[in-house]
Amino acid sequence: MSKKTYEEINARIRAGEAVVVTAEEVIPMVREQGLEETAAAVDVVTTATFGPMCSSGAFLCLGHPQPRMKMTRVFLNGVEACAGLAAVDAYLGATQLPQADPGNKMYPGEFRYGGGHVIEDLVAGKEIFLEAEGYGTDCYPRKQLQKTIRLADMPQATLYNPRNAYQNYNVGVNLSAKTIYTYMGILKPRLGNANYSTAGQLSPLLNDPCYRTIGMGTKIFLGGGVGYVSWFGTQHAPEAPRGENGVPTTSAGTLAVVGDLKQMTPRWLRGVSFMGYGASLMVGIGIPLPILDVETLRYAAVSDAEIFAPIVDYSEAYPQGRGETLGQVSYAQLKSGEITIGDRVVPTASFSSYPGAREIAGILKEWIQSGKFLLTKPVFTLPQSLTGIDYRSLV
Amino acid sequence: MKKKIVLYFPPTVTEQPFTYYLIKDYNLMVNILKADINPHKEGRAVVEISGKETDFQNGIEFLQSRGVKILPLEQEIVWVEERCTQCGACSVICPTGALVVERPSMHVQFYSEKCIVCEHCLQACPSRAMEAHY
Repeated sequence: MSKKTYEEINARIRAGEAVVVTAEEVIPMVREQGLEETAAAVDVVTTATFGPMCSSGAFLCLGHPQPRMKMTRVFLNGVEACAGLAAVDAYLGATQLPQADPGNKMYPGEFRYGGGHVIEDLVAGKEIFLEAEGYGTDCYPRKQLQKTIRLADMPQATLYNPRNAYQNYNVGVNLSAKTIYTYMGILKPRLGNANYSTAGQLSPLLNDPCYRTIGMGTKIFLGGGVGYVSWFGTQHAPEAPRGENGVPTTSAGTLAVVGDLKQMTPRWLRGVSFMGYGASLMVGIGIPLPILDVETLRYAAVSDAEIFAPIVDYSEAYPQGRGETLGQVSYAQLKSGEITIGDRVVPTASFSSYPGAREIAGILKEWIQSGKFLLTKPVFTLPQSLTGIDYRSLV
Repeated sequence: MKKKIVLYFPPTVTEQPFTYYLIKDYNLMVNILKADINPHKEGRAVVEISGKETDFQNGIEFLQSRGVKILPLEQEIVWVEERCTQCGACSVICPTGALVVERPSMHVQFYSEKCIVCEHCLQACPSRAMEAHY
């Protein structure tokens, strides 16, 4: 096939003629029709993930009370937001806990409410109790504020997540003799279970493993609204080991994403609690991949059987930072419900919602098919190397 | 017949024996799945009772005549489907297969008849979609 451009694909979207399929639907198409024919027929493949993403949060502009105020401490439903910004701006992190939360003093702690839950309550339109303190200045004399506030009352609210959509991730297990409570969930002793957390063949960066199209400025589905990839995420590690298909076999790439919180919904921004670990936010992300050429499609047609994750012991090797693994396992095996480690059959569970990812990929497909969501060409694609980062432009 | 029920004991009766009489006088097999009973406080027990239908009915009447309330099991643990994110974290924690991931759809299902009210799912569910209703 000849190569397609963003402009040609967008023209087809505008005309309502674009052929859009999800990253799940494209797999049997390629198997039956071959890469060449499918690449010629398909314009866009939609990918998605819906999982806990701790490095998430929101910049909230709380609006000035009368008299005006320079807020130095801000609490929303008792959860502190970082107020080290301009007068009434604050950043609320997803894992922040209320001051009174006992943490793990009563081990394992429950962490029933945190920053992620406040964000969910905000997008659900609920009233939030705002408490703010300041020291008072000539221009901002007010020192105390207590009031209820809704998202609609805020002049601006921006979801800004410094690290989301991890390309791949560990499978967590527990080799010790006691139950442990981790961000990979409750891990039962002596290989009682194996927990994983990506959407596999639907996940954005597993379908664009070498970052050929995803980069700064890529327009995405974020939390039910429209957002953008704003930068590569923290801990972005593109030099991770990779299989022959280019897919990394460890965690690898990450995304920073941004979007208008006011567009988002509690369906796709969900406060979550990890027993003994903490609070977080489940974030729904969908990313369209333009099928520019056969190579783009070859990557986007990857299936669970071709994606591998490392099995890591969270009782000893992981907390001690030893980097040992107990082998690799494919997402096809993980999704079957059990894997074999040595001579043990171990049941598996996911923390990333595969049905949620499938639904988001479907919603994004509809948005594109209806002509209201056009693709953007990134300013630069995600760096493929951390040494001498070149902000490659997709000319 | 075999049936799982919840017995609610008001504070006034928590020090009386019941299992003994159900077995001895009513010929019922009583399997205590979960119990939280303390002196002078209200208590609850989840039990599986098996035996003849008439013996079961007589046993229930005996319990009720002594002030024990009988609650259906499904009122105990509730799956709040709209809060469920369909991740499946519960499926490896549930010991009885009441919470399972259906394949290949990967959707979570709750079969309340298999639930023994151990409440492990309440801790394992990140979105707190499992609730205990007493």
